[in-house]
Amino acid sequence: MEQQKKIGCYICTGCGIGDALDLKALKAIATKEQKIPVVKDHALLCGSEGVAMIQQDLDDGTVNAVIVAACSHREKAAEFRFDIDLMDRVDLRDKCLWMLDVKDGDETAEEDRQMMAEDYLRLGCVKIKKMNIPDPFLHSEGSKDVLVVGGGLAGLTAARDIAKAGYNAVIVEKSDVLGGKMNAMHKVTPDNQPPYRELGENFIGALISEVENDNRIKIFKNALVSKTSGQPGQFDLVIKNGSTTKELRVGSIVVATGFDPYDPTKLPANLGYGTSPDVITSADFEKMAKEGKIVRPSDGQPAKRVAFALCAGQRDKEHLDYCSGACCIYSMKQAMYVIDQYGDDASTYLLYQEIRTPGQMEDFYRSAQDKGAVFIKGDVAGVSGNAKGGVSVKVRDHLIRNNENLDVDLLVLATGMVSTVDTLDPNAPSPVGTGRDELPGSILNLQYRQGPSLPRLGAAGFPDSHFICFPYETRRTGIYVAGPARRPMGIAATMTDASGAALKAIQAVEAVAHGVAVHPRSGDLSYPSYRPEGCTQCKRCTEECPFGAINEDDKGNPLFNPARCRRCSTCMGACPQKIISFANYSVDMISSMIKEIEIPEEDEEKPRILIFACTNDAIPALDMVGRNRSSISPYVRIIPLRCMGSLSLVWIADAMSKGFDGVMLMGCRHGDDYQCHNVRGSALAEIRLSKVSETLQRLKLESSRVKMVEVNIMDAETLPVVISDFVEQISNLNPNPYKGF
Amino acid sequence: MAYDLTFAKDVYKKSEMGQWIKMCMQCGVCAGSCPLRAHWQHSPRQLFQMVRAGMRDEVLKSSDMWMCTSCYNCIVRCPRELPITHIIHGLARYAETEKMTDPQQPTRRFAVEVFWKNITSTGRVGEAMLTMRLYFLDGLGAGIQRGLEMKDSAIGMLKTRRLNPIPFRGKLKGFDGMTKMLAKAAELEAKLENHA
Amino acid sequence: MKEYTFFPGCSSEHNASAANMENSVQSMCRMLGIKLNEIDDWNCCSASIGYAGGGQLPRMALSARNFALAQKQRGNTDLVATCAACWLAMRETNERIEEEAHIKQNLNTALAEAGLSYDGHIKTRHMVEVLIEDVGWDTLKSKVTKPLKGLKVAGYVGCQTNRPFGVCGDSFENPQYLDRMIEATGATAVPFPMKVACCGGALMFSEPEKSCVLTKQILQSAVDNGAEVIVTPCPVCQLNLEVYQGLINKTLGTNFNIPVVYYSQLFVLAWGGKWEDAALHQQVIPAEPLRRFA
Ligand code: SF4
Ligand code: SF4
Ligand code: SF4
Ligand code: SF4
Ligand code: SF4
Ligand code: SF4
Repeated sequence: MEQQKKIGCYICTGCGIGDALDLKALKAIATKEQKIPVVKDHALLCGSEGVAMIQQDLDDGTVNAVIVAACSHREKAAEFRFDIDLMDRVDLRDKCLWMLDVKDGDETAEEDRQMMAEDYLRLGCVKIKKMNIPDPFLHSEGSKDVLVVGGGLAGLTAARDIAKAGYNAVIVEKSDVLGGKMNAMHKVTPDNQPPYRELGENFIGALISEVENDNRIKIFKNALVSKTSGQPGQFDLVIKNGSTTKELRVGSIVVATGFDPYDPTKLPANLGYGTSPDVITSADFEKMAKEGKIVRPSDGQPAKRVAFALCAGQRDKEHLDYCSGACCIYSMKQAMYVIDQYGDDASTYLLYQEIRTPGQMEDFYRSAQDKGAVFIKGDVAGVSGNAKGGVSVKVRDHLIRNNENLDVDLLVLATGMVSTVDTLDPNAPSPVGTGRDELPGSILNLQYRQGPSLPRLGAAGFPDSHFICFPYETRRTGIYVAGPARRPMGIAATMTDASGAALKAIQAVEAVAHGVAVHPRSGDLSYPSYRPEGCTQCKRCTEECPFGAINEDDKGNPLFNPARCRRCSTCMGACPQKIISFANYSVDMISSMIKEIEIPEEDEEKPRILIFACTNDAIPALDMVGRNRSSISPYVRIIPLRCMGSLSLVWIADAMSKGFDGVMLMGCRHGDDYQCHNVRGSALAEIRLSKVSETLQRLKLESSRVKMVEVNIMDAETLPVVISDFVEQISNLNPNPYKGF
Repeated sequence: MAYDLTFAKDVYKKSEMGQWIKMCMQCGVCAGSCPLRAHWQHSPRQLFQMVRAGMRDEVLKSSDMWMCTSCYNCIVRCPRELPITHIIHGLARYAETEKMTDPQQPTRRFAVEVFWKNITSTGRVGEAMLTMRLYFLDGLGAGIQRGLEMKDSAIGMLKTRRLNPIPFRGKLKGFDGMTKMLAKAAELEAKLENHA
Repeated sequence: MKEYTFFPGCSSEHNASAANMENSVQSMCRMLGIKLNEIDDWNCCSASIGYAGGGQLPRMALSARNFALAQKQRGNTDLVATCAACWLAMRETNERIEEEAHIKQNLNTALAEAGLSYDGHIKTRHMVEVLIEDVGWDTLKSKVTKPLKGLKVAGYVGCQTNRPFGVCGDSFENPQYLDRMIEATGATAVPFPMKVACCGGALMFSEPEKSCVLTKQILQSAVDNGAEVIVTPCPVCQLNLEVYQGLINKTLGTNFNIPVVYYSQLFVLAWGGKWEDAALHQQVIPAEPLRRFA
């Protein structure tokens, strides 16, 4: 660091802080104890005058690092936005004042509150002292082009939008034509055409020529991606076209390879596929409609009575466990084909479980009913061929509770969609070495330490990374999946999805070009690095990184790819040698903070409980506790962590030897329905914690002194109870004997 | 043939508000909202589905439509805004014109044989006559029996001057015009078809 | 003096079942300075049950004739009804005439036989709407000279004064206007979960065993919630709840003896009107709890 760090500490006395706390004592902590050169206070720090006071010190160079001791860092973020790299917020209000129940004139309680505030101020001072200005990861030969795999509706839309935004796109399409499954489509649903009642014309031709005529878009047909290596900004591709190969560098990737229809021969027998040529799939029906005449395949007679069996092999544990979300609507569309062709002679029946109408399609549903399509809530008990052609469908009608034969010319099965993306089990052991080979059928063939495919989410196996917060984002930074390749969806959703992924891909190349994190810590300049001298090549960092950011170099040392990294700090917590750190976040920083907290003597009977809380969910929940003015014990001290994944066991040992009576960890829910922003952070922390009893045994302490809880952002109601139960449990133990050592 | 659309199409065209039946999405809100639900053999949504399934006899012979008290609870709750009450009334009337109703169904008898005759014979309801006609539908003995059961109520009403002791009332001044009007309306009704 | 065209309906005729409503409404309007001009030679609205014998056109022709007479006699002044079924039938007919051209045409062909015609444009209003929208809450309250303090009342809105049209945008599931009226007289509106439950309507005539069960639940809920009296705007509700209490007691083994009055009767009494002005002498179950305010 070239420049001398000049810290300024600004204490707000507004929002009741000045009335509740002893300002002089606080200032003394900052100046005398922590040796902060500039310490000021203001009665309304977030007001223009308060902000100007700080800005003035920054402008005239008195200060280049700022501590704002006021409210939670989630409050007044816009006011306290200064153009500096070193800044921290100390929360005296939400997580101190507002959380403590202090009756007027209760001196003990006032004293406890003051002690808490002083500790928090200390933590802030130590933290900023331990922070260094991050040096962004920049690369001169980066590319801002985007690879789009797949030239169907999703791929074409993504490429078009990328080009429209002024970036170059490269489409790799495995067949010899663009358009994908849309080419076989007769008409489309009116997703974007109010009043959403009439069928629309297939528009794929126009989209194809728009893409083909855009000079920002390069198209490879009959081509596959046989290798992808590097990292965002520098993805190096090998594109294979027959026996010829071409090498190419792009900045980010959109995977838009679409879906495969579920294999109808695997469908349950009651649906009758194969019993008669007059039982066909929706795809077959679409083709027939496009060709012109809707007839019985068995004898070519007009098919005027048509039944559609919805959810065929879907929402069914034995087949596809999920709903494809589009087949209700396309079956209605197909019923309209029959009505359009045969008018008053047409009879169409949709056998459904539930009807799903995404977007504006409820109106389309009404239109189908209005045109005379009959909806039957029920299922197909069996199908048999008819002597005079067509089939007899035995219908179990759930509403009128009868079993009747529905004689139709055609039975159309609405089969589901299966993603074409090869995925890997995110929890399987890493395929060391073998994972980098070329995998036939792999979309990207990633040359990553953790395997060639994209990790899947949950049992359904979609290549997604977070089921709530981050659509399009896979667990490989800079690689986005859109359309039915990501999860089943219809036309309108596919197009929105493709636009979304295109924007994400652009965001990624820009972030990388600026040397900042893409997401979820957008804009973060820091990234992890390790001290090679200390490394034992244990490979824990490479294995545990949830985002596959770390490869190994030829010598077996970890090779960080900072542009793939999400700055989750899981590697930092994983390293037994404690040699992985960020410029502004490290094992040593938290250890030093722990050591700075004052621990009262045993005979004062004031236990101390340390809470490590994840900044993503637990901290906002705790802020909410303050906001609700629910009181918690004045004996707790909260230290926010980037992610539970950064938890180093040494911190537990530090806390215990410092004299803390208990340690509580608040991380996000983990398991299949995880909510951890970094997918595996809290899960890994829990695994590490299972080894903490050794540490405690060594110190001759009870293992019940350390507890991990899952906290959701909505838990503000229950959190005070969770904390007070733990405080009570700790109070029943003897005080930690290490106090005062 | 099951699921034949001929009957449904007739209902869509001829039964009051019948064209709305195709818009029912079978959610069941009507069935759960009806105060008389315990007495319906088929709830409105089932009746609607039976229409769409072509079950002409079962629908038109059913006593269900006569259970409707016109409380309009279903109508305000239906998420698809079907005029359910009117559809049910329409089906009852359609069954009547198709001569499919059970002549003994008591509410049908009251509505068709007593009430309508009562109001069209003078122009206004004569409450005493209405009650008498109703009670004596099944003959003299049954009428006296029911009359006796209700005699306390009747005496209470008489005493508080809320029942006219003279069962016969005069006709409206414009009675003849009204009668001609109703005849014309009935003639037009036979040709009436629903407009979508 | 504000004037309205008035459609009393069959049950409000002299010596008919809702004579107490009619008489108290007349007193109430006198006290408010409202003049009700009855349509001359009006006919029955055909109520909701007219569909069965009358179908669509004959049924609606009856209401259309009333509108035609009203327009001829009083122009397009608002038409006020006091009976829920009349209000509903008239309003429905007017809406369909205004919205469905073929209905309008057919009905006018029929009306022509009686030398009449009607093309819409008369607004049909319920008396409670007039009180709320035209008279206003402030006036309703300020006229009180004998507050019905301490009187516990269950406000029973019933079906058709509520659905399908609703009163002044109030909720269908839990309308507030009747409770507000009760409170305006100084009385207390008790909580009453059955306030919009169906009383059985005309089924009481034809299949009383079915509708008595419904009526019983309503009475029970009022009694359980501590009501001394039930108040309602609807003549069918009033009839079913009051006159059939004896039958319910006999067939279902209950012991109800709770008076059922109209909102208009409460207002007249609270505004200092006499017992007879409020037509409280016309109750089959004497309104004893109201005596203390007479
Ligand atoms: S909102 Fe925050 S910065 Fe503003 S006065 Fe309150 S504590 Fe101080
Ligand atoms: S979209 Fe409809 S048909 Fe398709 S699986 Fe879902 S519910 Fe079934
Ligand atoms: S910070 Fe997280 S994403 Fe980055 S290398 Fe470490 S574990 Fe991987
Ligand atoms: S976890 Fe630490 S010691 Fe192990 S390989 Fe990574 S950097 Fe080296
Ligand atoms: S209007 Fe008729 S069908 Fe509808 S809920 Fe009331 S009684 Fe039942
Ligand atoms: S509430 Fe309406 S949509 Fe639902 S089942 Fe009844 S009629 Fe159909």
